[in-house]
Amino acid sequence: MPKQKYPGFDTLSLHGGQRPDPVTGARAAPIYQTTSFVFKETDHASSMFDLARSGHVYSRISNPTVAVLEERIAGLEGGVGAVATASGMAAIHLAVCAIMDSGSHIVSSHALYGGTHNLFTYTLPRFGVHTTFVDPRDPAAFKRAIRPETRLFYAETIGNPRCEVLDIEALSGLAHEAGLPLMLDSTLTTPYLLRPFEHGADIVIHSLTKFIGGHGVAIGGVVVDSGRFDWEGSGKFKTLTEPYEGILNIDFAEDFGPGAFLHRARREGLRDFGAALSPANAFYILQGAETLSARMDRHVANTRKIVAFLDGDEAVEYVTYPELPAHPDHALAKKLLPKGCGSVFSFELKGGREAGRKFIESLKLFSHLANVGDAKSLVIHPASTTHSRMDAEVLREAGITEGLVRLSVGMEDPEDLLNDLSRALHRSQK
Amino acid sequence: MEININGAAAFAATGGKPFDPDLPNIVFVHGAGLDHTVWTLFNRYYARHGFNSIAVDLPGRSRSQGKPLPAIEDMARWLLDFTAALGIKETALAGHSMGGLVALEAASRAGETVKQLILLGVAAPMPVSDPLLNAAREKDHSAVDMIMLYAHSHASQIGGNPVAGVNILNSNMRLLERSLNNALHADLKACHEYANGLEAARKCAMPTRLVLGAEDRMTPLAASAALIDALPTVEVEVLPDCGHLMLSEQPEAVHASLARALRPGNG
Repeated sequence: MPKQKYPGFDTLSLHGGQRPDPVTGARAAPIYQTTSFVFKETDHASSMFDLARSGHVYSRISNPTVAVLEERIAGLEGGVGAVATASGMAAIHLAVCAIMDSGSHIVSSHALYGGTHNLFTYTLPRFGVHTTFVDPRDPAAFKRAIRPETRLFYAETIGNPRCEVLDIEALSGLAHEAGLPLMLDSTLTTPYLLRPFEHGADIVIHSLTKFIGGHGVAIGGVVVDSGRFDWEGSGKFKTLTEPYEGILNIDFAEDFGPGAFLHRARREGLRDFGAALSPANAFYILQGAETLSARMDRHVANTRKIVAFLDGDEAVEYVTYPELPAHPDHALAKKLLPKGCGSVFSFELKGGREAGRKFIESLKLFSHLANVGDAKSLVIHPASTTHSRMDAEVLREAGITEGLVRLSVGMEDPEDLLNDLSRALHRSQK
Repeated sequence: MEININGAAAFAATGGKPFDPDLPNIVFVHGAGLDHTVWTLFNRYYARHGFNSIAVDLPGRSRSQGKPLPAIEDMARWLLDFTAALGIKETALAGHSMGGLVALEAASRAGETVKQLILLGVAAPMPVSDPLLNAAREKDHSAVDMIMLYAHSHASQIGGNPVAGVNILNSNMRLLERSLNNALHADLKACHEYANGLEAARKCAMPTRLVLGAEDRMTPLAASAALIDALPTVEVEVLPDCGHLMLSEQPEAVHASLARALRPGNG
C-alpha cells in the first residue's frame, strides 16, 4: 500500500479548492456569475451576517468561483487561506490596510514594482502611512529602519527588474525578532518556483495577472496568509486582537486564531474597499493555475537559453539574471530557487536610450507592453514606462539605467525567440 | 471570558456575548491539540440563539494557562470545576474527538447537570497508534502530518471548503503545530489510556447524539459500535463525505445536527 502523503503540487493545481459540482456534475469550476445568494430562511440570513454560518452572501465579500481560486492558491502556497482581489495592487492595498492605522510605518525594499513604489511613496502617506525604503540585499538595513510605529517588513522575492533575490530567512528572522510580519510579493517566482512560507514569510501577495493566470487575459490578485504570525504575541496589531466595532465587536484573533488576518482582510477589506475579483476573471485565472508547473518549467528553460545567448552577445553590456555566476545573489538563488529564477530579467544594451529604442522597435515576436508573466514573450524599457515616475536618484537606487531592457520570456519556440532578439540586437547597434 | 480554575486562568470564548446566568447553556470541548477556535461558527450561532455558548480552552493551550492535564478524567474534573465556577446548574455538553471523551466522562459524573450530550467523532476506547504517540512525544512534525492525513476525508485534503477562501487542511495544521510543543502528546496519550469510556457511557442517561463521519479514519464507524451499545439513549447520525475533523469539513451538516439536538427545552 503506498505511503500516505499530502496531495502534490500538480494535483492541487488541477483540483485544489474544488469538488465536482454536486448538482450538475460539472467537472470544471462553474462561473457563478451572480451578485448575491438566496438565504434559506431569515435565521440563515441573520446568521450569515453574524459570521455564524458558512456560505456566500454577496459576491463582493465571497463567491463560489472565486473561493475555488482562493483555496487553490492557499493550498499551493501552504497557507491557511487566501483572499482574491481585483488586481495585484488591490491585493497589496488590502493586505497593508488590514494591519495598518494612520501613523503606522513600513520598512520596504526599494527594489519594487513601480506601482507598489507609487502606493508606498505617494498614496499611503496621504493616509498617514509612511515607508522607509532600504536595500533588499542588506537585511540589517531593515532592522535599522524600524521605528516604534513600524508594523511591517515588505519586499519582493525577486526584485523587478534587476532580479535581486531576497534572503527571506534572514529577513523573516529580523522581522519576527521585532514582532513584525514579513509580507512578500512573490509574483515573479510563483509557488512553483518558491514557497516563501517555508522560509519564514508570513503573508504572500501575487499579481494573478502574471504567471498564475499566465495568458494575459485577466487582471487579478491574491493575499495568502501563512497563519503562523503571532499577532497576539506581537502586541502591535489592535485591528486583529481587540474587539472591532465595525463587525459585531468581533476579536479576530480570539475567534479565528491562525486565520485572524485572513478573516479581517475579507470581512473589512473586501466589504469596505470593495476590490473583489470577478467570478469570470477567477475562472480565467483558474485555467492558468491548472498548468502552472508545466508552464513555469518552459518559461525557465526558454529563459536560460536566452540568457546564455545575450550574455555572449557583443551588443549587450551585461545581463542581470541570478543564475549567472556574476550575479550578486547567485549563491542565494541556487539555494532558494533550484527550479529556476523565473523568466523576467533585464540586460543593459550598449548605446543607451537610442539603442534601446531601436532594439524594441525592431523586435517582431516580443511584444512591447507593460506586463510580465504572459505565455507570450514581452519586452519593455523600464526607465520610460513602468518606473517613469521615479526620480533620478530613486532610479539609480533601483538600478535602472537608460539602456536597461526588461524581458519577460514566454513559451514560444526558443529558436524563434533567439532569432528575433538576434535581429533586433544587430539593428540596435547601427 | 476568563476565570480562575485551581489557581490558573481558564479561558472560554462566548461567541462575542457576555455570560447571562438566566440563559440555558451549551459548553463546547475541543479535540486533541486543538482549541476553542474550532467551534467559532457554532459558538457565535448559539450565542445569538438564546444560549450562553461557551467554548473552553482546556488547560495549557491557546488562552488557558497551566499544564496540559494528563488524563481524560482530569480534564472532565476541570470541566466540571469550570461550569461550577460559573454557577451553571444545567447545561448541554458537546465534545469533538478527545473533547467528546472529556464530555462523556464529565456527563457521567455530573448527575443531573448535563441535560444533553453531543459527541462528535468519538469512539470508546480511542487507541492511538505507537508511531503517532512516539512522534508527538518527540515533538516531531510527522505527528501533525499523520493526523492531517488520517483526520481529513480525501475530498477535504483537496478542498472545497464552504467557508470561503479557507484551506481546511492548512488551518487545522496550524492549530496542531501550535500545540506540538506542549499539549499534543499529552492529549493523544490521554485518549490512548482512557479506559472508562464504556463505563461512563452506561451512566449517561441524558439524551445523547453521536455524530460520526462516514470517511473518518481516526474514529471509524466500526470503532464506535461499542460506545453506541453502551449509551442508554443515543441517536446516531453519520455525515456523508466527512472525515474526523467534521467541524471544519462539514460545518453546515454539523450545524444541522446540533440544531436537532439543541431544540428548545434540551439545553
